[in-house]
Amino acid sequence: MLGFLIQRLLQAVAVMVVISALVFVGVFAIGNPIDVLIAPDATQDIRLDTIRRYGFDQPLWKQYLNFVTSLVQGDFGRSFVFNMPVLQLILSRLPATLELTLVAVIGATIIGVPLGMYAGYRPNAVASRAIMGASVLGFSLPTFWIGILFIMGFAVELGWLPAGGRGDTVEAWGIQWSVLTLNGWSHLVLPALTLSLFRMALMIRMARAGMREAMLSDYVRFARAQGISDGKVIFGHVLKNISIPLVTVFGLELAATMAFAVVTETIFSWPGLGKLIIDSIQSLDRPVMVAYLMLVAFLFIMINFSVDIAYAALDPRVRSGRT
Amino acid sequence: MRRDASPFIRFWIEFAENRLALAALGVVILVVGAAILAPLFTPQDPYDIGKLVLGDARRPPGHVGSGGYVHLLGTDAQGRDLWSAILYGLRISIQIGITAGAVAFIVGGSLGTIAAFAGGRTEALIMRFIDLQLSFPAILLALVISAILGQGKWQLTIALVASQYAYFARTAHGAAVAERAKEYIEAALSTPLSSRVVVFRHILPNCMPPLIVVATVQIANAISLEATLSFLGLGLPVTHPSLGTLISNGFQYMLSGRYWISIYPGIALIVLILAVNLVGDQIRDQLNPRLQR
Repeated sequence: MLGFLIQRLLQAVAVMVVISALVFVGVFAIGNPIDVLIAPDATQDIRLDTIRRYGFDQPLWKQYLNFVTSLVQGDFGRSFVFNMPVLQLILSRLPATLELTLVAVIGATIIGVPLGMYAGYRPNAVASRAIMGASVLGFSLPTFWIGILFIMGFAVELGWLPAGGRGDTVEAWGIQWSVLTLNGWSHLVLPALTLSLFRMALMIRMARAGMREAMLSDYVRFARAQGISDGKVIFGHVLKNISIPLVTVFGLELAATMAFAVVTETIFSWPGLGKLIIDSIQSLDRPVMVAYLMLVAFLFIMINFSVDIAYAALDPRVRSGRT
Repeated sequence: MRRDASPFIRFWIEFAENRLALAALGVVILVVGAAILAPLFTPQDPYDIGKLVLGDARRPPGHVGSGGYVHLLGTDAQGRDLWSAILYGLRISIQIGITAGAVAFIVGGSLGTIAAFAGGRTEALIMRFIDLQLSFPAILLALVISAILGQGKWQLTIALVASQYAYFARTAHGAAVAERAKEYIEAALSTPLSSRVVVFRHILPNCMPPLIVVATVQIANAISLEATLSFLGLGLPVTHPSLGTLISNGFQYMLSGRYWISIYPGIALIVLILAVNLVGDQIRDQLNPRLQR
């Protein structure tokens, strides 16, 4: 087990190094940041001085090395636009995104799993067909379009909920939270629902497929033959068995949802990380882009790593097997 | 059903049994046809900036503009007739979706099959890379690539291919590994056929069913992704609006009640995506051996 752990850890580190190089070179190719940093009427001296100060005169590999060295020391550089340390900037935006993502994914699970289980339990009922039809919609509609429809319906026509922003926040543990105020929730509902519809459809599909398969299996048949009520069979036995893939998806989707928040945050002007990255792509704010992409890559690798380890702990075949 | 009917006819008969899927196929054909023949049905060429009149901008549906014809769905912020802009936008969206899907199909399909056939180090290297890419959300990858490449049709297509080929590669690899272990491949390999012939003439055709399923899903995804990127301002320029660009342009006017600039292109977009997905669903069900009746 230890050998497997070390092997996987080394792999994760190698992947991180490759991604950092790709991200750095990729972002390097976007536009010339000098134009953002210096006013067009600046003198040649100021221009050269700035170029030297940011190290743009050095060859690419040397810039990358400098970048990695300071990265290891926990220094992500300074944002060109906000003129503050990138790490601080990202950390100040992170809670908003985290809040939105968590509410969306947890909501999708709480609503999606029971619906999917019902659709699998009674596959031919009218309600089940309606649920599955709705899940096709959830899969097909682009996120930004759902957001626009919600704004159009609930904010413009009905005027029930605000169209954007984060609303009142309350400070807890030194961080501002919207989930703790009523006004904050009214701002949160639409973006969270927009973001969660795709995951909800996914949860419905998975729960339905698991349920259908489980209801035909021997252990359910025997449990029923013993005279145990369907409710007890489902919540006592089936739920446990179908929850393994659901938990995996929950973990993986958490990271994917954070990435998808880019679109939702842009539509609802939610001041999170996604809005930050779109703004920084448009303003060529290189350090912010690099740091954001590295952060997302790191998150993904950590989650995949944890999933691998969890599987290895649960399934001895993975440990000794082909990997 | 007649037993002697060819596989394609049998496939079609089974497909036609699902009314919803049949209707969806009809919608797809109708929309694609309307997009191809767009110049015949539209009163205005939305890309000809010389013909746009700013006095006609943001007029509601039914407005009779300076051109003397009725703007059925209203006009957008540049004074474009929305009905014309939508049909031309559909053209771009479908074109990009199909091109991206086809290129991703070829690149990913070959990569996956070659990896499965090569085995050993090559396979491990290719599939590790693909797994890595699949763990990364497609939208983010497409976002970064189109930010690097800039606006434009080809740049967008490259971004879409780069973020989608991995799905094809994974699917082709899985199918090809299963095929490779079968006896007819062993038999083919024992003849003096070159391995290239074996891969492309024997293994690849048998990997087609799952790849076709992925392709229908990915074409719908490509169209949706293109619209999303254009909406975020990273896709196509305002002078050649795709559906996503049209929706994006209209979004800022929605809060002031000018709903039509965003809503009508959006409806066209979801009708197209939904119909393609429904057709894909039915094809998947028919090609899934576990659901065979």
